[in-house]
Amino acid sequence: MSAPGRKQATKGSGLTWVGRSIRRLEDPALITGQGRFTADSPAAHWVRFIRSPVAAGQLAKISPPEGAMVITAADLKGVKKITPMLHKFSYKPVGQPVLAEGVVRFVGEPVAAVVAASEEDAEDIADQVDVSIDETTPVTDAQAALEASAPQVHAEAPGNVILEGKVKTPDFDAIWNGAHRTIRIDARSRRQNATPLEARGGHAAYDPSTGRVTFTCTTQMPHLTRTAICDVLGFPESDLRVIAPDVGGGFGQKMSLCAEYIVLVWLARKLKSSVAWTEDRRENLIASFHSRDQYITLEGAFGKNARLLALKADIVCNIGAYSCFPTTCGVEPLMAMAEMPGPYDVQQYQCLARGVITNTCTMAPYRGVSRPVITFTLERLMDKAARAFAIDPVDIRRRNLIDKFPYKSAMGLEYDDGSYKETLEMAVKAADLPAFRKRQKEALAKGRHLGIGIATFSERTGYGSPAFAARGMEITPGWETVILTVDPSGFVEARIGSSPHGQGLRTTLAQIIADEIGVTPEMIKVVHGDTDRAPYGWGTFASRSLVISGGATLIAARKVRAKLIKIASHVLEAAAGDIVLADGLAKVAGTDRTIPIAKLAREAYTQTHRFKGEIEPGLTETGHYDPPGTFSNACHIAIVDVDVETGHVKLEKFLVAEDAGRIINPMIADGQVHGGIAQGIGNALLEEIIYDDSGGILTATLADYLAPTAHEIPPIELHHMETPSPNSITMAKGLGEGGCIGAPAAVINAINDALSPFGVEIDEMPATPQRIRAALRAKEKAA
Amino acid sequence: MREKAAITLTINGRDHPISVEARRTLADAIREDCGQTGTHIGCEHGICGACTVIVDDEPVRSCLMFAVQADGKKIRTVEGLADGEKLHPMQQAFMDHHGLQCGFCTPGFLMLAVGVLEREPDISDEDLVDVLSSNLCRCTGYQNIIKAVRAAAKEMRGK
Repeated sequence: MSAPGRKQATKGSGLTWVGRSIRRLEDPALITGQGRFTADSPAAHWVRFIRSPVAAGQLAKISPPEGAMVITAADLKGVKKITPMLHKFSYKPVGQPVLAEGVVRFVGEPVAAVVAASEEDAEDIADQVDVSIDETTPVTDAQAALEASAPQVHAEAPGNVILEGKVKTPDFDAIWNGAHRTIRIDARSRRQNATPLEARGGHAAYDPSTGRVTFTCTTQMPHLTRTAICDVLGFPESDLRVIAPDVGGGFGQKMSLCAEYIVLVWLARKLKSSVAWTEDRRENLIASFHSRDQYITLEGAFGKNARLLALKADIVCNIGAYSCFPTTCGVEPLMAMAEMPGPYDVQQYQCLARGVITNTCTMAPYRGVSRPVITFTLERLMDKAARAFAIDPVDIRRRNLIDKFPYKSAMGLEYDDGSYKETLEMAVKAADLPAFRKRQKEALAKGRHLGIGIATFSERTGYGSPAFAARGMEITPGWETVILTVDPSGFVEARIGSSPHGQGLRTTLAQIIADEIGVTPEMIKVVHGDTDRAPYGWGTFASRSLVISGGATLIAARKVRAKLIKIASHVLEAAAGDIVLADGLAKVAGTDRTIPIAKLAREAYTQTHRFKGEIEPGLTETGHYDPPGTFSNACHIAIVDVDVETGHVKLEKFLVAEDAGRIINPMIADGQVHGGIAQGIGNALLEEIIYDDSGGILTATLADYLAPTAHEIPPIELHHMETPSPNSITMAKGLGEGGCIGAPAAVINAINDALSPFGVEIDEMPATPQRIRAALRAKEKAA
Repeated sequence: MREKAAITLTINGRDHPISVEARRTLADAIREDCGQTGTHIGCEHGICGACTVIVDDEPVRSCLMFAVQADGKKIRTVEGLADGEKLHPMQQAFMDHHGLQCGFCTPGFLMLAVGVLEREPDISDEDLVDVLSSNLCRCTGYQNIIKAVRAAAKEMRGK
C-alpha cells in the first residue's frame, strides 16, 4: 500500500496502519472530476456584488437601472453588524455592516448586491448601477495611521489603534541594562493574500416545505458559519444547514466570516428560492482577506558569550478596515506578542503589540498567521548577532536554542518535548556546510553570489480552548468532537467537527480508527463539512485537526473497541482480556475461536436481548478532546544564487529537518510541509499586495500578485525526527503551517548571506528584484 | 452580444448541442451548459490553468477560448481520462505520488500533463518542469506533481 518514491516508514510497518504512507481515500473522486465544489451547483438567482471603487468616503447615492433588483444596506433592516469581540488588550469593538452603511472604508468593500437570473445578467446590471461616493482622504499604511494627523477610520477607535497588548517581565530592565550589547532589526513584512485556487463562493437554497435554508459555501468552519449567520440575521440555527463540500484550499482565508455569505442567506429567505455567488479572482485579491502587513522592531540583549538574555519587541499590525470574525483582529498582533521568543531560551521579554485600523482590506489569518513574520524577524536578528559576535550562524543558535523540556517561556507558554538542537544539527549536516562554504568561495571568485540561510523555529499547534481564552476571545474554539459508529452492516462512520479541505484527514483518521478496532481504512468513512451530519466543531485551521480531531477520534475509537470486546466476550464466552481485534475479526487469544467484527456490530443492534441488559444497544461512541497545545519544531535551510545585476534570486535547494511528533501518514505529512514551503518561498520572494497612495490596489490579477509556480520551487529535501508529544494523546503534533513559517526566514537569511560581500542587508519581505537592486544601488552610491 | 449561436461541443466523444452567447467562455459552456463540472475555474484570466482541457489534441485554457471557437472540435476533459473503471496512468500516478491535496487544480494539471506527453512523449525532465510551471497549485509545492508526471510519462512511454 505504501506509495512508491518514498522510503517505507520504519515504525510499525506491517503491524499498524498508523505510520504508513497509504494512498488517500479522498483521491478517487478528485482525480476523476467527480469532486463537488461550491460553484458546481445551478441556482435560480445569481448575485454580483458592487464594491467600493474608493478607499474612503461617504456613500451618497446608489442608483440602479430601472427594474433591476439591487439590495443595499437600507434593505437589510434588522440585520446586525458583524462585531467580533475581545475582552482584553483595550480592544475597541467596531462593527462591520454587511453592506456598507453610509461610509466606505476600503476598495472592494461590498456596497450593494445585484440579483439576476444568471451571472452574466447580474454583471451586466452591475455595470449600469451608479454609485456616488464623496471621497475622503484614506490612510493605508499602519505607521501613517498612527500619526496624530491621520484620518480616523472608525470613530470608535481614536488614533486608529483598535487593540494594544503590553508585556514586560519583572527583571527585564535589570537584565537589559546589564547586557554586553544589544542588536536591533527594523523588519517589514508586506501584505499578502492566501490565494486559494478556488476563490470564495456560496449557494443558499430555501426549502419551502421546512422553511430551512441549506447554505453550501467554501468554508473551513461550517458550524461557526452557521452560528455567525444566525446571530447576524436573527433566526434559529436549526433552520440553517451549512455544507462545506469539497473546498479548494483555504489557508485561513476561508475561516473568517464573509459579509457576502450573510447576504446570500438573507436573499434565499427573502426570495424563498436558491441564490448563488461565485467570487472572481479580482474580488478575491482585493476584497477577500489579507494578512501579514506588519512592522516589527526587535532588539535583543546579548551576554558576552552571545547568549540571548532579553528581547524587546514593538509590533505594528495593519489589520485593515474591520476586525475579522471569529478570531478578531487580535490574531496577528497577539500571536506575534505571545510567540515572539520562538525556540530560544530567553526569559526576559518586553513587548508592545498594536493592531492598527486602515482603509485597506480586512486582515484575517493566513497559514502561519504572524509566525512567518516573527520567525523572519527573530532569525534575521540572530544572524545579525552572529555577525556582530563574529561567530557562525549555526553556533549562535546552538548557544541559544531550548534543550530542556518542558520549558516555560517568558510568556508562560509551556513547550512540550522537542528536538530544537537535534533538528538544527540534522539539517546542517545534511546541507554539508563546509562543502557549501567552499563552493560559495569558488563561485564568488567567478562573480556568482551564492548564499545559505538557516531558520530554526518552534510552532505552537493544536491550540486548545485555554490558549484562545488567554487572548480574551469571546468565541473560544479549541475542542473537537468525534462520533464513531459501527453500523449494522459492519462498516464504520466517523462524524467529525473538523472540516478538512486537502489535508487528507479522511485518510489519517481512518488509520487511527483502523488500528483501534481492527478493520481496514477502506471500511471507514469520515464524514465532515455538513452541520446536519457532523457534530458541532471548530473546523480546520491552526494546525489543529490531526491533533485535536485525531485525539477525539482515538478516544471514541477506544470506547468502540472496549464495547466490541465486551460483546465478543459475551458471544464467544471468553474473558474480555483474552479478546484481540485484528484483521476484521475478534479472536480469542491462543485459540482458533473467532467472530467477524461485522457480525458483532450486527448483534449490537439486533441481538441485544442476549446481553441481559449488561451492554447498551447500538455501537456508537463519542469522543471529545481539548488538548493543552503542543509545539512542533524544525530547521529550514535555503541555498540561493543571487544575480546581483538583476536582483533575481534563484533557489538552488531547500532542506528541512522537522519534528511533528508521531507521524500518522508520512506521505501526507511530507505533502503538508512541501506546500507550506512553497507558500513561504512566495512570501519571501514574490507575493505582495500593493496599494497606491489613494488606496487603490495595483495587484488585482494573478499576473501582478505572483504565486510561485513549479519553476520557482526548488527540490525540497525532508528529514524527520519523531519526538512524541506528552500533550497529545495520539502523540502527534500539528504540521500544517510549519513549512510557511520557516521558509521565509531561511530564504531571506540566504539572500543576506549571498549579499554579505557588499555589506548590504535586506530586512523586508518579499525581497523582490527591485528591492535587492535598490539596496545594492544605495550601497554603490554611498561608496 | 445577447444573441445566441447554436453550436455543438463534442466532449469526451459525446455531442452536446447548446446555444450560447458569443461571449460565453468554453469553460463556462463546459461546466454550465454541458454539466461537466470536473473542469474548474480559478482565475478567468489565463494564469492559473485550473480550467485546462484538451481541444483537438492541444491543451488549452478554456477560460481564454470562447465556446463558439470550439464548435465542432474534439474536447477532452478530466471526466474522459479514465477508461471505464481503469484510471489513466496520469490519474493513477497522481494518487500514488500524492500529487494532489485539495484537488481543485488537479483536473487542469492532469489535462496539461496528458496533452503535453501525448504530443511529446520523450520530453526532457527540465522541459517538463517548464511545462508544469504553466499552471498554479497552492497546496502541494509541486514536488509530488512533478514526481507523478515523471512516473506517468514513463508508464505512458512503455505502452
